[in-house]
Amino acid sequence: MHIPDGYLSPQTYGPLFAIMIPVWGIASRFVKKTLKASQVPLLAIGSAFSFIIMMFNIPIPGGTTGHAVGGVLVAVLLGPWTAVIVISVALIVQAFLFGDGGITAIGANCFNMAFVMPFVGYFIYRIISKNADPLSRRHWIGASVGGYIALNIAALLTSVELGLQPLIAQTASGQPLYAPFPLKIAVPAIMIEHLFLFGFVEAVATGLVVAYLQKTDNLLSKNFERIKLFV
Amino acid sequence: MNKMIKEYKKLWIGLVVLIILSPLGIIIPAKFNAGSAWGEWGSDEIKSMIGFVPKGMKKLETIWSAKIPGYNFPGFNGWALSGLGYILSAIIGTFIIIFLCYLIGKILYSEASSGQVLKESKEDNS
Repeated sequence: MHIPDGYLSPQTYGPLFAIMIPVWGIASRFVKKTLKASQVPLLAIGSAFSFIIMMFNIPIPGGTTGHAVGGVLVAVLLGPWTAVIVISVALIVQAFLFGDGGITAIGANCFNMAFVMPFVGYFIYRIISKNADPLSRRHWIGASVGGYIALNIAALLTSVELGLQPLIAQTASGQPLYAPFPLKIAVPAIMIEHLFLFGFVEAVATGLVVAYLQKTDNLLSKNFERIKLFV
Repeated sequence: MNKMIKEYKKLWIGLVVLIILSPLGIIIPAKFNAGSAWGEWGSDEIKSMIGFVPKGMKKLETIWSAKIPGYNFPGFNGWALSGLGYILSAIIGTFIIIFLCYLIGKILYSEASSGQVLKESKEDNS
């Protein structure tokens, strides 16, 4: 889901950067308001977790690979605005240091995976876990369902951004200038693998960690009251 | 610093375990003969798929050259070395991320505390 350089036209990556700049601004204000200075290690842990979880490529035998993002897990534990900052840091390091995702596509990749994904997943989690006791299984179930749906929404955005390119930018003779495949190829290609495999990987990873933290650590209950402030 | 590590000890340990296991993220796909993610191909792959490299793509794709492309160090071939390279990438990336997050924290909370001081002094005046 990391769009590389050269796949998006400036008409696409420009506006997505323009959206992300105020989002990053608002997000940092929320982090400052809701996280104590002593909780800064949680930013680092959340960001590093997302970075490493994205290194676990899952194969489709004989085909492509994909991976979980951890965006909803971070949103459930630290709140969606904090997740925006934390996942963006991971994506920016991936782009600059490892060439995973393009520099020009940082706005687009952050929009898909660091903004829309944590918010969609978080709201689904909140609906399912509403008024549940901190130890209720509705927390890990809600986080799993949120993870599945949010990863698929992020994948859908990615596939639409890629699939729009042949319409947006062509040479005079009609050759595509950037990502060459139209919506009717890009959307099913990306969505089938995420709906049938990678979404479940995200759901299981998210649910397992939330359930583990519910049972063995009071991190979730400690953050429980505070996270309510985010919405 | 020590206190910060202690308080979230379980989470830090979890991260270390994931870093050690990270080579599974390249070994398993190789075993199943799976390649790049959809839409993340290099220009050679694009060329073999559609017969040409789109002009705009050719221009943009070289805009940045990453120091550790694809989480592997040049010359780290074979599964043992590429696995090691993958772990090293995970460690380097994690340290840079920790550094950046502390930097963000420092910027945010130095502003926050100066705002706090301002507010308190105002309250004192009233």
